Amino acid sequence: MSSNAITIPGTQIETRPWVDELHQWLATVDHKRLGILYIVSALLFLAVGGVEALIIRIQLMHSHNNFVSPEVFNQMFTMHGTTMIFFVAMPILFGFANYLVPLMIGARDMAFPRLNAFSFWLSFLGGLLLYFSFLGGSGLYGAGSAPDVGWWSYAPLGARAFSPGHSSDYWTLALLVSGFGSIGTAINIIATILCLRCPGMKISRMPLLVWMNLVMAGMVLIAITPLSAAQIMLLIDRYLGGHFFDTQAGGSAVLWMHFFWIFGHPEVYVLIIPCFAFMSEIIPVFSRKPIFGYPVMVAATVCIAFVSMSVWAHHMFTIGMNSYANSFFTLTTMAVGVPTGIKIFNWIGTMWGGRIQFKTPMLFSIGFLFQFLIAGLTGIMMAASPFDWQLSLSYFVVAHFHYVIVGGILFALFAAFYYWYPKITGRMLSERLGKWHFWLFLIGFHLTFDVMHIPGLLGMPRRIYTYEPGRGWDNLNFIITVGAFIQALAILVFLANLVISYFKGARIGNDPWDAWTLEWSISSPPPAYNFATVPTVASRRPLWDLKHPEDPDSRYE
Amino acid sequence: MSMLRKPSTMRPLAQTIQLLFWSAVTAWASEPKSSASSGTNIFAPASTPAKSIADLSIFVLVITGIIFVVVFGLLVYSVVKFRGRAIGANREPAQVYGSTQIELAWTIVPILIVVVLFLATARVIHAVEDAPEPAGAVEVTVIGHQYWWEFRYPKLGIVTANELHIPVSDPSHSTPTFLQLLSADTDHSFWVPELAGKTDLIPNHPNRMWMDPQRTGVFLGQCAQYCGTQHAKMLLRVSVDGPEDFAAWARAQQRPAVEDVGAIAGRRAFERNACMNCHAVGGRPANGRFGPDLTHLMSRATIAAGAAENTRQNLRLWIQNPGAIKPGSLMPAMKLSDADLDAVVSYMETLH
Repeated sequence: MSSNAITIPGTQIETRPWVDELHQWLATVDHKRLGILYIVSALLFLAVGGVEALIIRIQLMHSHNNFVSPEVFNQMFTMHGTTMIFFVAMPILFGFANYLVPLMIGARDMAFPRLNAFSFWLSFLGGLLLYFSFLGGSGLYGAGSAPDVGWWSYAPLGARAFSPGHSSDYWTLALLVSGFGSIGTAINIIATILCLRCPGMKISRMPLLVWMNLVMAGMVLIAITPLSAAQIMLLIDRYLGGHFFDTQAGGSAVLWMHFFWIFGHPEVYVLIIPCFAFMSEIIPVFSRKPIFGYPVMVAATVCIAFVSMSVWAHHMFTIGMNSYANSFFTLTTMAVGVPTGIKIFNWIGTMWGGRIQFKTPMLFSIGFLFQFLIAGLTGIMMAASPFDWQLSLSYFVVAHFHYVIVGGILFALFAAFYYWYPKITGRMLSERLGKWHFWLFLIGFHLTFDVMHIPGLLGMPRRIYTYEPGRGWDNLNFIITVGAFIQALAILVFLANLVISYFKGARIGNDPWDAWTLEWSISSPPPAYNFATVPTVASRRPLWDLKHPEDPDSRYE
Repeated sequence: MSMLRKPSTMRPLAQTIQLLFWSAVTAWASEPKSSASSGTNIFAPASTPAKSIADLSIFVLVITGIIFVVVFGLLVYSVVKFRGRAIGANREPAQVYGSTQIELAWTIVPILIVVVLFLATARVIHAVEDAPEPAGAVEVTVIGHQYWWEFRYPKLGIVTANELHIPVSDPSHSTPTFLQLLSADTDHSFWVPELAGKTDLIPNHPNRMWMDPQRTGVFLGQCAQYCGTQHAKMLLRVSVDGPEDFAAWARAQQRPAVEDVGAIAGRRAFERNACMNCHAVGGRPANGRFGPDLTHLMSRATIAAGAAENTRQNLRLWIQNPGAIKPGSLMPAMKLSDADLDAVVSYMETLH
C-alpha cells in the first residue's frame, strides 16, 4: 500500500505570491482542484438560489402580499429552479465525482485532465451567462431582464411571440453551454473508470461510489443530449424562422414537453444516483459493516438507470394522453420504485447488526433514508396518474420534489461534506457546529416541506405569485415560510463551519473515520500525484484487508 | 347510469380514513371559509371523476402508509438497536456481506405491491378517460387566453367568460358536461379540484374532460399550468345550477344585449374607443374576440377572471387602470376622460 508520500521540490514547500496561486487555480488541470472549484462555485450559486427561494417564500407568506411584482416573482422561481438544478446540484455532484473517483480507483488523475478543466469552465460560464440576464432592462423589447418562463420553459411561452427580447435566450444559451460541459465531464468519468483502475481493481471490486458515478455519467450522456438538441431547435425557432415549437405556425407544444422531460426525468436520477453513492460509502463505515448485497446494489442501480429512461411522460399526465399511454407510464414509474426500495432495504440491512456511530455524516445519512423513503412514497402516489390529475402542477408536487432534492440530495451532500472534508482540507469539520447544522436544518426542512404537501391537496397551484384569501392556504404558507428561514439559518451555520474549520479544525491524519477505501490510505489533503506508488488491491475494501490481515475480505471473494 | 362506471374500492375503510385525514388537515388550516362557495379540496369530490380519483387516492394512501410504517419501523429499530456502544468500541461487529434469500424477498414483495397498485390505477384511468359521451350531455368549448377563460356552448349558442354554468347531474338521470379544451395562446390547465382532475389547454392539441356534479353551488378553481405574468389571477368559478336555474340562465344568455337609452352616452364612448376591438356585445357592432364577451357582463359575480368582485367601483378602476387589479394583464389602460369613464361604467352596468 502506498501510504508513503514523496516530496517533489516546488510543489508543496514554497509559498508563492497570491497572483501565482490564483493563476494555479485558474489554469489547473488537477482533478482535485477542479473538484474543489466545482464545489465552491456550486456553493456560491446555492447561496444565490437560496436567496431567490427566500424572496419567493416572503411573497407567499400571506394572501395578496405585495413584496415583489408578479414579473419579479416569475423571474425568481425560474432562476431558482434553473440555478439549483443546473448550477448547484449537477456541478457539486460532478465536483465530488471529480475529486473522489480517481482517488478511489487508485488513479493519479482523470483520463482527460484538460477536457476536465474545459468542462468545468463551460459549466461555470453557463451560470454566469444566466445571471448576466439580470443586467438587461425589463421594459425594453430587444433587451429583457432575467427569464420568467419557468425552469422548463414550456412552448409556446418561450417563443418570440410570448417572450420578446433576450431574457429566455440567456436561459437557452446557459443550458446549452453548461450542457456541453456536463457531457464532457460525463465522458471523462466514464473513460477514467473504464481505463484507469489500479491493478487488482476488477470492475466487480470497484467501490459502489465509483459504480454509481459510472452509471450517472452514462445517464448524463443520454439525458443531456436531447435537452441540448431542444435548445438548438428553440434557437432555430427564435432566430432562423423555424417552427418546431411555434404553435402559432403549426408547431407542437407537446413535442417540447417530450424533449424536455426525456431529459428532465433521467436528470432526477443523474442527481440522486451520486447521492446513493455517498450513502453506500458512508453508511457502511459508520455501521462498521460492509455494504449489504453489493452485487444487488449494482444491479439495482443499473436497473434504475434503464427504467428511468422510460418514465418521462409521468410529468405529462395532464396533457391529455390516451388511457394506454397513461397506463404505460403509470406502470414504468411504479416499477422504478422496486429497485429504489431494494436500495433502501440494503442500507437498512447494512446498519442491521452493525455498531452505528452517530457522527454528523451518519446523522445526515439517516435523515436521507427517512426523507427519501417519504419522497419515494409520495412519488408512488403521483405515479397513479388519476391521483396525479389532482396533484400535478400543485404545491403537492413542489413538496414532493423538494423532498427528493433537499431531503434526499442535499442531506446526502451534507453527509458527504462532513465525511470527506477532512480528506480534502486535512482538518475536521466541527462536530458541535455540525450537530447544530443538522438539527436546525432538519427542523426547518420538515416545517417547510411536510406542511407544503397540504396546500396542494387543498387546490393551491404552483407558480402563482399570490393567492386569494379564504382558501385555507394562508396559515400553511406562513408556516412554510418560517421553516424556510430556519433552513437558511442552518445553511449559514454550515458555511460558517466550512470556513472556521478550514483554519481551526482539528488535524486528524489520513484516516479519521477508520474507513476502507483507497482515498483514506494517502495523506490529507492528498498530494498532487495522489499515489506515490500505484496501489494493488485484492478486494472491495483494500484498507480492511490492510487493517485486518488475519481476516481479509479477499478471502471471501 | 351504467356508462359512468364507478370503480369499486374499499368504501367504508376509505371513508373512515378520509374523515381522519381530513380532520387532521383542517386542524392545520383552520381559517374561516367564505360560505357562498365550496373549497378546493381534492378529498371533497362532488362529481364522478373527482370521486373516482379521491377513492383511488385513499387506496394508494393506505398502501403507501402501510409501506411507510413498516420501513420506518425497520429503520428506527435498526438505528436504536444497533447504536454503537462505548464499551468494546475497538471490536468490529460480524461482517455480513448479504443474503440472496432476503434480497429475493424484498424484491418480490414490492413487485407484487406494484402490480396491485397498477391494476387499481388502470381501472380508474379507463373509467374516467374512456367514458363515452351520452346524447343528453352539455357541451362546452373552453378556450384559454392569457389570463382569462372563454366558454362557448355550441349547442346553446352561448358565449361567456370566466364563470362556467353547468347543470347539476342527478345520478338517476345523468346530464354530464363535456368540455372541449383549446388554447388561444400559451398552455393553460383547467382545474376545479372538487369536480375533476386537471387537464391542460394546449394550442394545436384539443383535449377533452367531463364532469357530472351531483350538488349545486359554486365551485372554485384556477389555471394550473403556468401561462405567463398573471397566471396567478386566472381564476375559475363553476356554478352548478339546478335544471330550472340552468335553463333560465341559458335563456337569459341567449338574448342579445339589453338596449338601455339611459346609457347611450356610455355605449357611444365604448364603440368610439378601442374597447370594441377586443370585446363583443351581442346585437351591437362590437364584436371583438380578444377579450371576454360583455353581452351579459352583469350576470357575472366577478371581473378580470375572478380577480375582483363585479362592483361599480371595481369596474371603474379596472377600465381606468387594469394594472391596479392585475398588473401584466393584456387589457390596456384606455386613458378615458372622467366623463367617458363614468359613462362607460354606467353602460357596463346595463349589460344584464
